[in-house]
Amino acid sequence: MATTETKGRFGRFGGQFVPETLMTALQELEVAYEKAQQDPAFKAELDHYLKDFVGRQTPLFFAERLTKYAGGAKIYLKREDLNHTGAHKINNSLGQALLAIRMGKKKIVAETGAGQHGVATATACALLGLECIVFMGKEDVRRQELNVFRMELLGAKVVSVDKGAGTLKDAVNEALRYWVSNVEDTHYILGSALGPHPFPQIVRDFQRVIGVETRQQIVAQEGRLPDAVVACIGGGSNAIGMFHPFVEDEDVKLYGVEAAGSGISSGKHAAAIAGKQEGVLHGAYMYVLQDEDGFIKEAHSISAGLDYPAVGPEHCHLHDIKRVQYDSVTDQQALEGVQLLSRIEGIIPALESAHAVYYAVQLAKKMKEDEVLVICLSGRGDKDVQTIRDALGGQA
Amino acid sequence: MTKQQVEQAIMACNERGDKAFVPYIMAGDGGLETLKKNILFLQEAGATAIEVGIPFSDPVADGEVIQRAGERALAKGVTLRKVMNELATFKDQVTVPLVIMTYLNPVLSYGLQVIAADCEKSGVYGLIIPDLPLEESGILKDALKDSDVALIQLISLTSPAERIEAIAKAAEGFIYAVTVNGITGVRSSFTEGLEGHLQRLKAASSVPVLAGFGISTPEQVQNLGALADGVIVGSAIVTSLHENDLSTISTLINASKNTVSKI
Repeated sequence: MATTETKGRFGRFGGQFVPETLMTALQELEVAYEKAQQDPAFKAELDHYLKDFVGRQTPLFFAERLTKYAGGAKIYLKREDLNHTGAHKINNSLGQALLAIRMGKKKIVAETGAGQHGVATATACALLGLECIVFMGKEDVRRQELNVFRMELLGAKVVSVDKGAGTLKDAVNEALRYWVSNVEDTHYILGSALGPHPFPQIVRDFQRVIGVETRQQIVAQEGRLPDAVVACIGGGSNAIGMFHPFVEDEDVKLYGVEAAGSGISSGKHAAAIAGKQEGVLHGAYMYVLQDEDGFIKEAHSISAGLDYPAVGPEHCHLHDIKRVQYDSVTDQQALEGVQLLSRIEGIIPALESAHAVYYAVQLAKKMKEDEVLVICLSGRGDKDVQTIRDALGGQA
Repeated sequence: MTKQQVEQAIMACNERGDKAFVPYIMAGDGGLETLKKNILFLQEAGATAIEVGIPFSDPVADGEVIQRAGERALAKGVTLRKVMNELATFKDQVTVPLVIMTYLNPVLSYGLQVIAADCEKSGVYGLIIPDLPLEESGILKDALKDSDVALIQLISLTSPAERIEAIAKAAEGFIYAVTVNGITGVRSSFTEGLEGHLQRLKAASSVPVLAGFGISTPEQVQNLGALADGVIVGSAIVTSLHENDLSTISTLINASKNTVSKI
């Protein structure tokens, strides 16, 4: 089942809806990326950093107590939270930073919501000696001040964006504006499987390592492929990286979990697929939360990493062809997921990943004991401890 | 159907020995009720055509001045639909072609089936969509196929020769030559290669070439106008209208008159 039907499109989603000034840069990026893919030296260099700097491969851990608790399918956790910098984001940041060097670009611009992609990109830039500027919404700067300092420690310049609501969407707008103005010497490291072609493809490919490892590990441990794979979806980078190597295995059911915020019916959520409206944002045709005049709505989620009003174009297509089932989990349920995994397995998950945890436990309950389910645990929860404490009123 | 209203207005202006001057306004900055007053003023002051900007939640091609104007208009509840309806109410008094500049999503939301007919009802003879490059323009081209509405394309300094050729070939109305690498907004200087770039565009294009982005002073209007068939001025007009400084606008427009052509 090929998901790329025409160049830059996933079914009817994707495309390149950007100002003309960026078209040449996107075409250059496409060419450079194709060349890099064919060059064994590029893969060798990336693999070296992924192994010795990031700490890959990450474990696939059998969550025995969680399995017992759910009383259904065997639950495994793909431990992306154990990556250097604490989430899957570094897989992509490193890959794209190495690509930037091959294109002769010494400056990097990035956007960040919670700060995970910003920290990962600042880390890759420090490692490889690149200049780094990160745009972050004013509201997120306030919510995540420690991550701002972390990026600054790593030598990045963090710019607070006070446009709009001052969150991730506005940070992407500003990063795009910066890129348009500095396109000749700057590469934009987009952090999710979003944006104009070829970004969704590049980000997916650099995140595919998650699913590729999971496949080998589950076969080694269980002697077969899993029955179900669950991942959370904001823009969708951890999910597409996890799902993609399984897309052609039709017996492996794939589940994407969007953020339902205060509930879909409240209107305060970030579940773009559940919202069912299509449109163009940040260079791609996708499911996008918007009002009746085509203005993009603010997303709402307790998890800053899922707080984005659209979902990457490949996910939109996988939804349309019914290869992946997309559902959503509320803030409250995600918090339950955090508490559960923390107590029962000794792992504090990121709020993003906690959406997948909550959903997977409900799903496992309905599955048979000889079935196998894998959760993509995309990040660790240290960054969210303050938010979680506030949301729980101090009652762990 | 001709799609030539905008092009003809520019050529008529050039034949009089003037350069075209296309001011950009943010529709509804100051409230929707200012739209008529501003358009009639600009028409009276000598604008060749008028670019009417529609506010958007995520204007990635716009600089600070136009973003802020857009936020003010959004706060007043201005939308593409409301602007179209308002324009239709005084269409008979407008003698210059209007061009709408909007991002793509509001157009998709408005409806591709009805956009062309509604433009004609509102005196709109061109659309500029900054996030719709040539490769993606098919959907809108189809929607405008049997109408008088031209789809105006932008060409940037980064566009290589083969793209310039392809865009020029598909061009309708005029070519919007982006004169800086970047977003809209006031600039103190322009890159050195600009003259050659605009000459190449002129050579490749069968429709007029207007220079825009960053033009804000009478000197820039004259100097850049001389290298093209005219200029588009945005941020400086938006600021002047916001501050009710109409004489600055007249001075800018007058700078396009009797410009010595260098092309």
